[in-house]
Amino acid sequence: MTAHALALAGALAVTGPDATGHRPVNWVALIVVVVLFVLVAVIGFLASRWRTDPAQRGLHSLDEWGLGGRGFGTWVTWFLLGGDLYTAYTFVAVPAAMWAAGAVSGFFAVPYTIVLYPIVFLLMSRLWSVSHRHGYVTPADFVGGRYASRWLSLAVAVTGIVATMPYIALQLVGIRAVLTVLGLGSGSNPLMADIPLIIAFVVLAAYTYTGGLRAPALIAIVKDVLIYIAIIVAIAYLPAHFGGWAGIFKAADTKLSAVNPATNAPFGAVIPGVTGFNAYWTLALGSAMALFMYPHSITGVLATKSRDTIRRNAMVLPLYSLMLGLLALLGYVAIKAGTHPIDTNGAINAQLVVPQLFLDSFPSWFSGVALAAIAIGALVPAAIMSIAASNLFTRNVYRDFFKKDASPKHEANVSKLVSLIVKVGALAFVLGLDQSSAINFQLLGGIWILQTFPAIVAGLYTRWFNKWALLVGWAAGILYGTITAYDVVNPTTHAHFGGSIAAFPGTNTTVYIGITAFLLNAVIATLGTLILRAFKVKDTGDATTEADFGADETDPKVVQEGAQAPLFEA
Amino acid sequence: MSAPDMPTRGPARVAPYLIAGVCVAIAIVMPLLVPLYAKAEPALWGIPFFYWYQLLWVFIASGLLAIAFVLVRKEDRRRRAAVKPQKGGAR
Repeated sequence: MTAHALALAGALAVTGPDATGHRPVNWVALIVVVVLFVLVAVIGFLASRWRTDPAQRGLHSLDEWGLGGRGFGTWVTWFLLGGDLYTAYTFVAVPAAMWAAGAVSGFFAVPYTIVLYPIVFLLMSRLWSVSHRHGYVTPADFVGGRYASRWLSLAVAVTGIVATMPYIALQLVGIRAVLTVLGLGSGSNPLMADIPLIIAFVVLAAYTYTGGLRAPALIAIVKDVLIYIAIIVAIAYLPAHFGGWAGIFKAADTKLSAVNPATNAPFGAVIPGVTGFNAYWTLALGSAMALFMYPHSITGVLATKSRDTIRRNAMVLPLYSLMLGLLALLGYVAIKAGTHPIDTNGAINAQLVVPQLFLDSFPSWFSGVALAAIAIGALVPAAIMSIAASNLFTRNVYRDFFKKDASPKHEANVSKLVSLIVKVGALAFVLGLDQSSAINFQLLGGIWILQTFPAIVAGLYTRWFNKWALLVGWAAGILYGTITAYDVVNPTTHAHFGGSIAAFPGTNTTVYIGITAFLLNAVIATLGTLILRAFKVKDTGDATTEADFGADETDPKVVQEGAQAPLFEA
Repeated sequence: MSAPDMPTRGPARVAPYLIAGVCVAIAIVMPLLVPLYAKAEPALWGIPFFYWYQLLWVFIASGLLAIAFVLVRKEDRRRRAAVKPQKGGAR
């Protein structure tokens, strides 16, 4: 064991960064990454021909371009949603959080992604049915039809777009972590790392434009195979190599229970103490409730072929959660291994911990496979997110407010164009602003998107809520969540937006801010509805019927292909 | 084309949805009861209870959803068959 550690320390001196963060380029790993990236790009460009009617080439409607023809079966959906939900950033950030702060910051992702699927099982087949019947492409389409309110629909759409943008930017942060450990970019020449990033995004934008949702669906298969190989090999080899799990957890405990001089409290804990219990479960539950309100998740659901597809997937998708849990534990393995994640500016950057661990522990070619899996893992969700955001813009802003008679072909053209703008925006975000503001906005995005939960989910079961009460609840939740998150100050850097947990009002119990904001939102929507009903305010517009929520693929559609949805009758 | 307000499914029976609902509820609640599992012992292969308990729930939740899926699909098919227009006027 000691001999191994020494051998490893010797290897570190060769592949690792020097004290200023300067790394030699690891050519073997870099070539593997580039080859796999080119392979994926070719697949992406061929995707537009996959399962398309030759007469329909060019993908001239949102159903074709933005939802892949609404025909994905169980297998394709499993890969697509796996690639969509378990993003590169997750794979980088969760072990990073474990490495830096322990269970409450990192491992909650496991109960989060377990509790997620029962929620999906309950809600998503109803959303699928009503959307299939009415030709809805976005969650805001459904809200607009259900409540006959384009303003509520606009609120859902804008929340979705704003919450998705920083999420796309974070995928770039994932790619950048990979490029940094490969030795591209240095303190003196940061442009070296930005140029490959820009090339990667231009290629991504091009095949998303031509292939629509089919491109990430096909690429997700490659990405998932690579990521499974990387994680299985890492988990089979690394713990034994570093002396077994008991030693790894002991090393993690020693590092995390050391006292942070900035706060006079430990950095974290391997097992959360009593004060962390409520933060832990509210983070897990709130994140699970929020995830399928994100437009990119709903895009994955609506692209499926039948009502049962998403339920069958809810049953098998947890396999990814197991992978995520094992990957999270690699954060502790890195503690034991003494991984030294130094960024190009010489500072410690926890995000680099897993890429660096792979590079330190495996032959270059295999590290290349693992790093490529992370980089490609960033492309899949980035593509789906940009498609989802541009569908929201096209349907619920452009069509509803500016061009009510837009034809399906016109919609598809607008959406393709907007998907390019969205990606350029995300790229500018990462290159122009610093990485931590992307993380802050993503954290806020989670709180914001959770505020669309009452309108969407209540609407799946009942038309009891008043549309204006829901709108006021949404606004209150967003306002409260934003202010509270701003007030969280990072104890070390004294920056605002320092975390996503804060005391529940009137108590000392710290919980996830999104949950508190959601409760406020739901209470206001309920009270508002009761008051408006007491004053007999009329609010009955509804384009859906009870029968829509149980429809499957063989039932007739209310809206036929090419016809316009009568969204706002009232 | 048939009218959009024609029912797509017949009336529901309570039992299958109740059992499926209980399965789903267990899969949501149990992984969130932190006090139940926030401890180190019993460890498994050196992994503290806190960690392997939660990873174990990946499989349990998956199994519970499988039960719920089978029950709900069967009931869904029955309800769908109940409203299919049948020739010969049996219904």
